[in-house]
Amino acid sequence: MQKVVIIDYGSGNLRSAAKAFERMNSELGLNFTIEVSSETDIVMRADRVVLPGVGSFPDCYTGVAKQEGLLEALNEIVITKARPFLGICVGMQLMASRGYENGETIGFNWIEGDVIAIKKSNAQVKIPHMGWNELDIMVKDHLVIENLCNIAQKPHVYFVHSFHMVPKKSDHILAVTEYGQRVTAMVGKDNMIGTQFHPEKSQKTGLQLIANFLKWSP
Amino acid sequence: MLKIRIIPCLDVKEGRVVKGVNFIDLRDAGDPVEQAKIYDIAGADELCFLDITASSDNREIIYDVVTRTAEACFMPLTDGGGIRNINNIRSLLLAGADKVSINTAAVNEPNFVKKASQKFGSQCIVVAIDAKLVFEGKWEVFTHGGRKKTGIDAIKWAQRMEEYGAGEILLTSMDRDGTRAGFDVDLTRTISDNVSIPIIASGGVGNLDHLVEGVSKGHASAVLAASIFHFGEYSISDAKAHMYNAGIPVRLED
Repeated sequence: MQKVVIIDYGSGNLRSAAKAFERMNSELGLNFTIEVSSETDIVMRADRVVLPGVGSFPDCYTGVAKQEGLLEALNEIVITKARPFLGICVGMQLMASRGYENGETIGFNWIEGDVIAIKKSNAQVKIPHMGWNELDIMVKDHLVIENLCNIAQKPHVYFVHSFHMVPKKSDHILAVTEYGQRVTAMVGKDNMIGTQFHPEKSQKTGLQLIANFLKWSP
Repeated sequence: MLKIRIIPCLDVKEGRVVKGVNFIDLRDAGDPVEQAKIYDIAGADELCFLDITASSDNREIIYDVVTRTAEACFMPLTDGGGIRNINNIRSLLLAGADKVSINTAAVNEPNFVKKASQKFGSQCIVVAIDAKLVFEGKWEVFTHGGRKKTGIDAIKWAQRMEEYGAGEILLTSMDRDGTRAGFDVDLTRTISDNVSIPIIASGGVGNLDHLVEGVSKGHASAVLAASIFHFGEYSISDAKAHMYNAGIPVRLED
């Protein structure tokens, strides 16, 4: 039986993420087990890996780094073994080279780029960027973001963040959203994708994305 | 473009909805989870529980309500009412709440907001402000459902809470709450224009035009309402269609 491991490194509640994966797993009639864990040997046996994250970039990085062997296990399973990976919110930001929240912190450097503050370009731009915003999909042939479109509008997803990732190469940007500036909403490279928004809180659109991720074979 | 959020609020007492939807097809209309599911399907942008349980002995019931809701609804969930310490917040977040709303405890000990936002991140700390007009252009913070005057200026308080790490302000006009006369748009606009975090307007919604005014005149980022939705007068989609037609950006369901 294939296993989806949602990495638990003390960053908030993972129950709703786990439940969203369980729901789509059963709706699609797939045969995954969904496991929430921080144990290196469980992570090493994952067929798919999900890294959530709430709070600040340095706190989340420290959270991962202080779990013995977890960073190495993630590099092994995601980079060497190329298992499908989904980073959510700060879990996505950690894929970058560096973060600039409360000083400079290194990231996993899986996608070359920096995590920087959203500019407060005018009074209407409230920080955090909080709520439902539209996805402008930049690539048309990525299986994880196909069929997300709503008939009436562009797909909407739920964001809560003050920083965003700016990848060095623009082809690593899968989707953007507009918030006084172009904000990176989704990144991808090889077997990895990352969403700045919360698919587990984005109702139908989010659940569809999770379903797509479960079916994705990069 | 970021959309204006429409947030239904359910008052929950000892695990039961005391002010909620009167849908006949609900198996258990008093179950907050059943009502939450309806709002989730209807496309509400977030959901808010206000726990009005009086006795602290029965506080734990809300954790179970939040747990069951978070397992069934894949939308952002805020829980407020009776939050006094870091452990209350931790329990709610672990149960599956995305945000907690802090009111009296913030007034009693402003540093609590600072500690909470440092610990859990600003994104999950909402400070609820109950404000009452004391004279033209001046509003004061009240606690205990508007009964207790604090002497704190609402604008300064909102700014201080932003500085202390609140990610959002849930602003209720105690003059308008329950009147169905519409938001206090002067209050909403004044606070909204004086802080850079989002404001949720609350208190006084009696019709759909009021929701529009909260945004167009009050500059709110989100509007919260209870009774207009619960009594089945208007649905979430009625509200969204009305706001959309008035030129307010909202998320429409397909």
